[in-house]
Amino acid sequence: MTDVQDQSPVANAAPVPETATPVLSFRDTPLYDGPVVALADFGATSNTAAVRLDPGDDARALVPHLGGLRLIEVSFPKYRDGRGYSSARILREAGYTGELRAAGDVLLDQVAFMRRVGFDSFAPAKPLDPARVDAALSRYEYVYQKAADGRPPVWALRHG
Amino acid sequence: MIRLLTGNVLETGDVVWWTGSNWSLALRDAVDVGPDGDALLARTVAAERINDPALVDAEPTRDGPRPRTMRERVRGAGPTVRADLNRPNSIEATA
Amino acid sequence: MYRYDQYDQSMVDARVDEFRDQVARRLANEITEDQFKPLRLMNGLYLQLHAYMLRVAVPYGTLSGTQMRMLGHIARKYDRGYGHFTTRQNIQYNWIKLSEAPDLLAELATVEMHAIQTSGNCIRNISSDQFAGAAADEVADPRPYAELLRQWSSFHPEFSFLPRKFKIAVIATDVDRAAIQLHDIGLQLVRKDGELGFKVWVGGGMGRTPMIGHVIREFIPARQYLSYCEAVLRVYNRYGRRDNIYKARIKILVHELGAAEFTRQVEAEWAILEPLALDAPQAEYDRIVAQFADPEFDVAAPDSVDRSDPDFALWLDQNVHAHKQPGYAIATISLKPVGGIPGDATADQMDLIADLAARFAHDEIRVTHSQNLVLAHVRKADLYALWTALEGAGLATPNLDLVTDIIACPGLDYCALANARSIPVAQKIAERFADLDRQHDIGELKIKISGCINACGHHHAGHIGILGVDKKGEEAYQLSLGGSGAEDASLAKILGPGFSEAGVVDAVEKVIEAYRVVRSGPGERFLDTYRRVGAEPFKAAVYAPAGATS
Ligand code: HEM
Ligand code: SF4
Repeated sequence: MTDVQDQSPVANAAPVPETATPVLSFRDTPLYDGPVVALADFGATSNTAAVRLDPGDDARALVPHLGGLRLIEVSFPKYRDGRGYSSARILREAGYTGELRAAGDVLLDQVAFMRRVGFDSFAPAKPLDPARVDAALSRYEYVYQKAADGRPPVWALRHG
Repeated sequence: MIRLLTGNVLETGDVVWWTGSNWSLALRDAVDVGPDGDALLARTVAAERINDPALVDAEPTRDGPRPRTMRERVRGAGPTVRADLNRPNSIEATA
Repeated sequence: MYRYDQYDQSMVDARVDEFRDQVARRLANEITEDQFKPLRLMNGLYLQLHAYMLRVAVPYGTLSGTQMRMLGHIARKYDRGYGHFTTRQNIQYNWIKLSEAPDLLAELATVEMHAIQTSGNCIRNISSDQFAGAAADEVADPRPYAELLRQWSSFHPEFSFLPRKFKIAVIATDVDRAAIQLHDIGLQLVRKDGELGFKVWVGGGMGRTPMIGHVIREFIPARQYLSYCEAVLRVYNRYGRRDNIYKARIKILVHELGAAEFTRQVEAEWAILEPLALDAPQAEYDRIVAQFADPEFDVAAPDSVDRSDPDFALWLDQNVHAHKQPGYAIATISLKPVGGIPGDATADQMDLIADLAARFAHDEIRVTHSQNLVLAHVRKADLYALWTALEGAGLATPNLDLVTDIIACPGLDYCALANARSIPVAQKIAERFADLDRQHDIGELKIKISGCINACGHHHAGHIGILGVDKKGEEAYQLSLGGSGAEDASLAKILGPGFSEAGVVDAVEKVIEAYRVVRSGPGERFLDTYRRVGAEPFKAAVYAPAGATS
C-alpha cells in the first residue's frame, strides 16, 4: 500500500446514494421539494422545475431555460471532482437566481468554496454540524477574487 | 522470508515497526507477523493512528530483519546520504 | 519586495487557524486519514518515507533576509537543522511532526510566509525568473504580475479541485530562466505598441508524458491577463480528464483537443468572462508594482572589480551576472558543493545568507529552479567581501551551470514515490568531475536527475537527464540527452538501455568524453553539439563492447 500522495484518482466513483439528510439552506424562501430530473431527461419534460447536473453535464445547456427553473441540483459523487464548482458559477453568471444545491459528497471544508461559487443549499450525504459550518463560513474575512457570491475582492476594498 | 508490519505514526510521522505487542522505532525490534499479517494490517488501518501501514518482506539476519526493497531499508535506517541522521539499531540501507 | 497589508495577513492567519482546527480533528480521529490527506496536502504537508515533509511556498522565488532567517529558525526548531531548496523555487523540510505543524505555520505567518497550495490539485506557487528586477534585458519586473496571480489563485473557490495540479510561471525576458514552456501556463511579459501584456503558452509539463507548451496567444494586455487565466482554468476544470490520473494534466487536454481547438474554447470562455470585470483595477497594479520598485541604488558605485585573487576571479566569472545598474552585479550562491546534497542548506547557512543579504544585497534573496540562491543587487565593490564570507561557509563553489551544478530531486533517500536514489548519483558525478579545469573545459552542461517518472528533478529538460527506475527491486538509471528548459526548450531523448548506479556515472563520463571529441570547438556547448551530431556518437561511446576503443 504505497502512499500515492496527491496522485489518487479524483473522479470515477459511483454516485452517492440518495439519503434523507436534511438540506442545509441559505435561502429565505422555502426549499423546493418536488421531483428532480437528470439533465438528459429534462428536454422531454420541460415543464419540470428542477434539474440535476452531474459532473460531466454542460451547465450551459440550461441557460435558455433558467427562467422556468426553481432548483438546480449539482451532484458531487466525489468531493475531489471539482467540475460542479464551474457548473454553479456558470449558472450564476448566466443570471440564475433560483435554488442552487450541492448534493452528495459535500464536506465541511468545501462549504465555503461552494458558497462562493453560488450554491445556496446543501444536501450532504453525511450530515454536517451547522455550528461547524458557520465557523467555516466566517473563518475568512476577506476574499482575493470575484466569484458568484458578490463579495468584494480585496482589491476593491484596497481601492474602495 | 519473514513479513513485517510497518507504518508512520500519525502525530509525528515516525517510521515504526510492529513488535508483536507494540510499535517500535527500531527495525531490529520488528517481528515476523506471519499469517497474522493481513488481520493486523486491517486492524491498523481501521484504528486510523498509523498512516500508510504496510506489510513488507524481509530476510532475518544476525543484526535483525533486512527488508527486501531498498525503499524499506531506507525507511528503516534513514537517508543514505545523511549517516549522521541514521536511526540506531538498523542495518544500513546499502549494506 | 511585496509586503503584506492587513488583508493578506488576515488570510494567512485564518489559514493557520483553519489548519490547526483540521489537525485537531484528525488527531482526535474525528476525520479519517482519507478525508484529512487532501487538507494537509493543501497546506504542503506530505507523508514521506521518514516523517512528514513540509513544502513552504517562496512566491516567485523571492525572500527577504528576515524570511530567510525564519526558514533557518524553523529548520532548527522543527526539523533537523536543514532544508531543501527545490526546482519549484520552494523549500522543503523533511522531518516535520504533524502535531507541531500548526505552530510552525503560525511562526511562518509572522514573516508573511505560508504553505498554502504548495500541493494538491490546485494552482501552485507561481514561479519566476531569479534575476527579475535586476536583469538588464527585461521588459519590466515580472514579479508584480506573479504576485497578483498569487493573490488571485489563493483560495480560488472554483479552482481548488482541479483534475490535477497546476503550475504557472512568469518571466519578462527572452532568455528563459524559469522553464516557462514546461509549465501548465507560461507567461512572458512583452510590450506591444507601448502596452504591457503577455505572450501565453499553455500545456507544457514534465512527469511521465513530457510536453512543451503551445503559444495560444501572442498578446493579452496585462490589464486582462487574470480573466484570461481564469478562462484557461475554467476550460481545464470542466474538460480536463479525470478518469486517469496520468492523463489529467492540462497538457493532455491541449494535446487531445489540439492547440487550435483548445485556444478556440479558451477564447470563447474569455468572451464570457471578460465583461464580468474580474480583472484587478489599475490602482491595484500600481500598488503592487510600486512595492517592487528598485532599491535605492548607489549611483556612485564603482563599476570595476579587483580580480587579483585568482579564486575570487574564478567565482566572478562563473557565478556573477551583469546587472541593469552600473556598479552592481547579480551573485549566485551555489548550493552544489562537490559531494554535497544539491539544494540543501543548513540553518547556519540560512542565517549567514540572511546576514549577507542585509549587508550587501538590499535584504533580498532569490531561489532558483536549479536549486541555488541569488543575491540580485550587489555592489561590485562588495563582491569580494561577499565572496570571502560565502567561501568560509562552503557557499562559493564556482560551478554555476557547469557539470557539477546538478539538479537532483530528493529521490529514494526521502521520497515515498521514488524508484531510486537521486542524491548519491549527483554526488558521485560531481566527485568524478570535481576538477575545476576539467569542468571549465566541458563548459555549460546541465545534468538533471529524478528518482522516478514524476520528473521533479527536470530530467526531461536536462542536457543530460537521468531517471531512476525500478528494475526488479533494484535501483537502475536511464540516461537521456538533449533536453533544455530554457527558451530553446526541448525534451531529452533516452539514449539506450539503463545502468546501475556506478554504471550511470561511467556512462555520463563517456558521454562527456565523446562530446569533447566531436564538438566543433571549445565554444560549442554540449547541447549544441548534441543537436548538431545527434545521439549516435554518444551511443557508440556508451554502449561500445567492453574492451573496444573508439
Ligand atoms: C517529495 C515529495 C514529492 C512528491 C510526492 C512529488 C510528486 C510529484 C508528482 C506526482 C509529479 C508528477 C505530476 C504530474 O505529472 O502530473 C511531480 C512533478 C514535479 N514535481 Fe514533484 N514531488 C515531490 C517533490 C518535489 C521536489 C523536491 C521538487 C523540486 C525539486 C518537485 C518539483 C516538481 C516538478 C518540477 C515537477 C514536474 C513538473 C510538472 O510537470 O509538474 N517535486 N511531483
Ligand atoms: S521525481 Fe519522483 S522520486 Fe523525485 S521527488 Fe519527484 S516523486 Fe519523488
